[in-house]
Amino acid sequence: MMIDREARKLLFETVARRVIESAEELTDLDRAIGDGDHGANMRRGFEAVLASVDELSAKNLGESLKGVGTTLVMKVGGASGPLYGTLFMSLGKSLADDVTQEQIAEAFAAAIEAVKARGKSDVGQKTMLDVLFPVLGVLRESGAGLPLRLKATAREAAERTVPMRAIRGRASFLGDRSIGHMDPGARSSELIVDAVADVMEGFA
Amino acid sequence: MSENVGIVIVSHSADVARGTAQMVEQMVGREVPLGWCGGDPGGGLGTSVEAIMAAIERAWSEKGVAILVDLGGAETNSEMAIEMLPESRRDRIVVCNAPVVEGAVMAATEAASGATLEAVRRTAEELTPV
Repeated sequence: MMIDREARKLLFETVARRVIESAEELTDLDRAIGDGDHGANMRRGFEAVLASVDELSAKNLGESLKGVGTTLVMKVGGASGPLYGTLFMSLGKSLADDVTQEQIAEAFAAAIEAVKARGKSDVGQKTMLDVLFPVLGVLRESGAGLPLRLKATAREAAERTVPMRAIRGRASFLGDRSIGHMDPGARSSELIVDAVADVMEGFA
Repeated sequence: MSENVGIVIVSHSADVARGTAQMVEQMVGREVPLGWCGGDPGGGLGTSVEAIMAAIERAWSEKGVAILVDLGGAETNSEMAIEMLPESRRDRIVVCNAPVVEGAVMAATEAASGATLEAVRRTAEELTPV
């Protein structure tokens, strides 16, 4: 598929708006098990993306993804800045404007490894990785209805963080008390995947 | 250019970072290049990669820079800041696994004696319970 300038702009705008709209919900989730800044931090980062969306999307897909990543690194503030920044910057390393699903899956796999290294974390520790990893599984499958499968998988994966015990991040200070709350990073990852799937479906 | 290792203090709170820097200056004097920052890019509690990069610049020494951080995001953002610096500097910057206030004072004391970056890091990390 061809991800041209218009598509890039729509993609970044849709993702940014979705995150900004949900800032309060993210903050509430983070207040339960973290330090309550995830929503505000993510809103600040994605408002900066929105503010420069024309400039960002004018570059090719790889460079524009790197630009989004750098913006998040510089503007988000919390640990989520480097984590989401690394995700986007890593995606930007290998993707050309005209990409196949296989290439996207490959880039996504590399990006997940980069996020793991940055956060010194892994799947099963109640983090964004618990959404990103199942999403990678869907990207690796062929077949129809990809956007719907992405959305359903991201939602279920975020839900599955509720009974998990946090091992990384601020929530790990709570130990067993982190059980019973959805991880805010898992939720923000779900929102981003959901927004991307909406653009793919033409709903955005 | 100082001949001593530089010290950078990164806290979620500008007040904590400033206060820690004052303690370092009072106890160790000004012979150690010192940088500090606190607060997120919006001015709230948190850390900022941009501010950390600027603090490293202020504390830069050819012998290297040791960074002391408080909580999780400060460490992640410091590591990110290091990666965004020119390659020639990256391997001369370390993030110490030590409490921020005590670590900064101990690291600066060691640095003031002309110690190497590795010795400065070791001294700060001696404070970390194993």
